[in-house]
Amino acid sequence: MAESQSSGAKRHPRPLSPHLQVYKPQLTSFTSILHRFTGIGLSAGVLYLLCWLLAAAHGAESFDRLQDFNGSVIGRLLLFAWSVAFFYHLLNGIRHLAWDAGFGFELPTAYKSGYAVIIGTAILTVAAWVIGYFQMGAF
Amino acid sequence: MAGNSNSLRSRLGQARGLGSAHEGVHHWWGQRMSALALIPLSLWLVASLVCNAGADYAVVSQWLSSPFTLGALGLTILITVYHAVLGLQVVVEDYIHGQPTKLILLILLPMSGVALVVAAIVSLLMIAFAG
Repeated sequence: MAESQSSGAKRHPRPLSPHLQVYKPQLTSFTSILHRFTGIGLSAGVLYLLCWLLAAAHGAESFDRLQDFNGSVIGRLLLFAWSVAFFYHLLNGIRHLAWDAGFGFELPTAYKSGYAVIIGTAILTVAAWVIGYFQMGAF
Repeated sequence: MAGNSNSLRSRLGQARGLGSAHEGVHHWWGQRMSALALIPLSLWLVASLVCNAGADYAVVSQWLSSPFTLGALGLTILITVYHAVLGLQVVVEDYIHGQPTKLILLILLPMSGVALVVAAIVSLLMIAFAG
């Protein structure tokens, strides 16, 4: 069925709707695509969490090696990216759940909640890292 | 489509599996329910990881060995993977158009999800019972 459709499209090219590049970037579309990107990134984060558990199950030596990597510059950058992605996906996910329940779909509200998600992500990420460094005795 | 009087299928047969028959929304519903459950669970996990920042093996393995952590972390990973598999499935369906690749990814996604959950639970039990 898919084949007959695509060969039909070749014989009779259908008009295409304008694609991404002709639209002005909007906060609503930006937050939407970012939800997917962060979701994909967080899936990789779950794999990394599994590595952490496997290392802990393997013993102190493996665990210490992984913790050393977590403390390295690349490790910290990765953890920082995952923390941003997590708080964004969490807050924007709540926004999506509200939409699914029928709330906040008016354009001005959608813009306000979009800005709230971005600001909330920044606040929660900074808070998490401040607490984390406090735990490590950095202050 | 519905109400085709020439069809040999009954009206009920045509409606089953569609939204109005209150079926066929499992994927959508499962994604939302897992999202709802993950609001407290993922916050607990991230808060716990932050509180364990810089902790050594003894502290972390003791935390991981407690029955509460074992249960809550097992549940969190199970629901997270379920949520991730549903989400990634939609991404594959939307953006991968080549037929063999798409099919292979859609087969591998739930399989690797189950494998991941099993690996995580085995690791958790090993840590808990290692002493």
